[in-house]
Amino acid sequence: MKLEDKDRIFRNLYGFHDSGLKGAIARGAWDETKFVIDKGHDWIISEVKASGLRGRGGAGFPTGLKWSFMPKADFRPSYLVVNADESEPGSCKDREILRHDAHLLIEGALLASFAMRAHTCYVYVRGEYIREREALSRAIDEAYASRLIGRGNVHGWDFDMYVHHGAGAYICGEETAMLESLEGKKGQPRLKPPFPANVGLWGAPTTINNVESIAVVPDILRRGAGWFSGLGKPNNTGTKLFQISGHVERPCVVEEEMGIPLRQLIEEHAGGVAGGWDNLLAVIPGGSSVALVPADECQDLTMDFDALSKVKSGLGTAAVIVMAKEFAGETTDIVRAIARISYFYKHESCGQCTPCREGTGWMWRVLERMAEGRAEKREIDELLDVTKQVEGHTICALGDAAAWPVQGLIRHFRGEIERRIEDYQASRKEAAE
Amino acid sequence: MAVRRLHSDQPSSFAFSAENLAWAEATIARYPEGRQASAVIPLLWRAQEQIGGWITEPAIRRVADMLGMAHIRVYEIATFYTMFQLSPVGKKAHVQVCGTTPCMLRGSRALIETCRDRIAGHPHELSKDGSFSWEEVECLGSCANAPLVQIGKDTFEDLTPEALEKILDAFSRGKQPLPGSQAGRKASCPKGGATTLKDAALYDGSRSRDWRTRFPELAGSAPGGSLASAGVMTAAPQAPAKSAINPAAQAAMANAGLVPELEKRGTGRPLPQGEIEKLKPEGIRSAIGSGLVASAVVLGREQAGDVEKPELLNAPQGARRDDLKLIWGVGPKLEEALNALGIYHYSQIAAWTERNLKWVDENLEDFRGRAVRDKWIEQARKLASGWRPDGGSGNKPKV
Repeated sequence: MKLEDKDRIFRNLYGFHDSGLKGAIARGAWDETKFVIDKGHDWIISEVKASGLRGRGGAGFPTGLKWSFMPKADFRPSYLVVNADESEPGSCKDREILRHDAHLLIEGALLASFAMRAHTCYVYVRGEYIREREALSRAIDEAYASRLIGRGNVHGWDFDMYVHHGAGAYICGEETAMLESLEGKKGQPRLKPPFPANVGLWGAPTTINNVESIAVVPDILRRGAGWFSGLGKPNNTGTKLFQISGHVERPCVVEEEMGIPLRQLIEEHAGGVAGGWDNLLAVIPGGSSVALVPADECQDLTMDFDALSKVKSGLGTAAVIVMAKEFAGETTDIVRAIARISYFYKHESCGQCTPCREGTGWMWRVLERMAEGRAEKREIDELLDVTKQVEGHTICALGDAAAWPVQGLIRHFRGEIERRIEDYQASRKEAAE
Repeated sequence: MAVRRLHSDQPSSFAFSAENLAWAEATIARYPEGRQASAVIPLLWRAQEQIGGWITEPAIRRVADMLGMAHIRVYEIATFYTMFQLSPVGKKAHVQVCGTTPCMLRGSRALIETCRDRIAGHPHELSKDGSFSWEEVECLGSCANAPLVQIGKDTFEDLTPEALEKILDAFSRGKQPLPGSQAGRKASCPKGGATTLKDAALYDGSRSRDWRTRFPELAGSAPGGSLASAGVMTAAPQAPAKSAINPAAQAAMANAGLVPELEKRGTGRPLPQGEIEKLKPEGIRSAIGSGLVASAVVLGREQAGDVEKPELLNAPQGARRDDLKLIWGVGPKLEEALNALGIYHYSQIAAWTERNLKWVDENLEDFRGRAVRDKWIEQARKLASGWRPDGGSGNKPKV
């Protein structure tokens, strides 16, 4: 399994070519967009449904189905919100789209908005992506100037696209928190239902999609659902931007087929695990929110939603964080690595739900102690129990996301934690004698 | 959650600069009527930039007042979102080191030690000379280029402690070091060269229209696609009837080089630069209409009869020009743009037709949509009759 260049959607991923309108057109963007629009709202939605595209923001919800939830006739305006609040540790794909292939996103946003009968789109870019925001704004200005979008544009569907930005809150990547933030409030998630498709931005029907989900739409509509669904595996179709970070020889972002074997992905594109495949300790395959997968399960692992959920992990945003046993002459401390993720969730919890607000800090503090061995063995089960009390008991999925990496650590590295506790107790005993 | 409080030592006041005020107005206009609170993060951010890297209490009040929000609501925003710095930061650089796991695995601890040694013992503490400060931040979203720091608007990636030292040296000399990867690679391309995207056919346009064979109805369509048939991007001799823009404008746009294959295919006849200049309507000055494309579009619209150029002046009539800033929605930038077009007086604007207004609107690059939305003709008539608003910036027209 290997994606051929002709099937790649992100043809300027690294920015080696002109990222402006001229370059985008030469690479095939904005070609006969009017023809596609003339096919009608329902044709677009059914084509996206048939392509099997699943949301690229982490949860993997079928994009076409999500669009079909939007009301067909409503007295309120409809909105498309593009989620460019890329903050999941490990993820760095939307950044490349925003700064190098923004016209794919703009064209996709026009097509998606048309399909959902929306005339306005807001792109919520994370606050730290200042240069990326500038690049996107430039591309949008070009599209306006050439009347590709805007009022009375050449495509016959009035469409305004605005760039909005956050200011450093991970939680705003959660769709309802994003709407709160867009409305000028703290990013605290809303209870669902009502779902955004019914009551979203300013109380109007809204669909929130990830940057990558929207940017692949023009290619799907042109080349056809059959082309897209012919790539990858059943129920896990198409291409995907994989982001490989951590202990590999050459960290990178690369577009590959869904379902590519993990080992092939790392060895072909990232130069392999630092120190060789046998040096592999564990992999976090989908960004910080998913459980790690230990090396012995990585050999035949494929990178798709279904295969990864079978090993109790997830594809998430396809952000592969690789951890080697040894890197740059140092032994990797897996407990500390996960403790740092726990600290991240403690920092990013919005504070709305008690289990998450209190639980994330508690989990972090216990893990910090366990990293040093300053704990009792019974506390491992206590920690596991607390993760279960946080998981599923909060308004949004941040609680779950904070719990899963800890559960993964205990599931696969309980022995390591126990060994540290024993070593610490032995050293205390020695000191006392 | 992080507990964050305002700095103990606050200045007494805050006011946006004229330029930022005009920018703020344009930003507020991106959101529907009555939803101006949505602009709170962008406005606070601009305030932080103006103040020099942190948010003061008077700025919070000012932004709240501008948006009709309760002060406490904006206070909540400033303390909730961690990119708002609540105490002064280093004058030359505030270094934000990403410390989250992917960066930690690649050595961000060492970068933090560098900051501790070189800048200050604690995050958010100013260096002795006040030039630098640092903090550890959560994932900066460039994990394939870990470890990295963000300083101001730029990220410095693939760092080592030595590379960070060099960057800090440059900042202390008042220089702006080159952002991006410090290991000499482009973006997140694997070091040593890309493993993908090597097929030249992806870039010469030869394959980008293959998909059309899927649709028999597209078989006879013009190269250049819907853009051509709508007459925006290319000259399309096959479908002139559909074109809303005249062939001269199309050629002008083709000349702007938007479709490189055009010449190759021989479907458009690019004109020499001098010819295009002649084609452009007089009123479009290069200072305003930066893009040839935009000008050509307006030219096309003009000939289609949607818009009409109003009478423009080379200089103000009499000794002085009117203060166009008294028109609600017009700031110093916009006034400058109007003057550059040849518009100096209320009476000029008051005499326009709706088609004139649209012409002006389309020629105000960055401010497109404002003239029509803010009902300039109506406002100018009022001002021309001698009426003056109470404040300095005009009264908002009733919509």
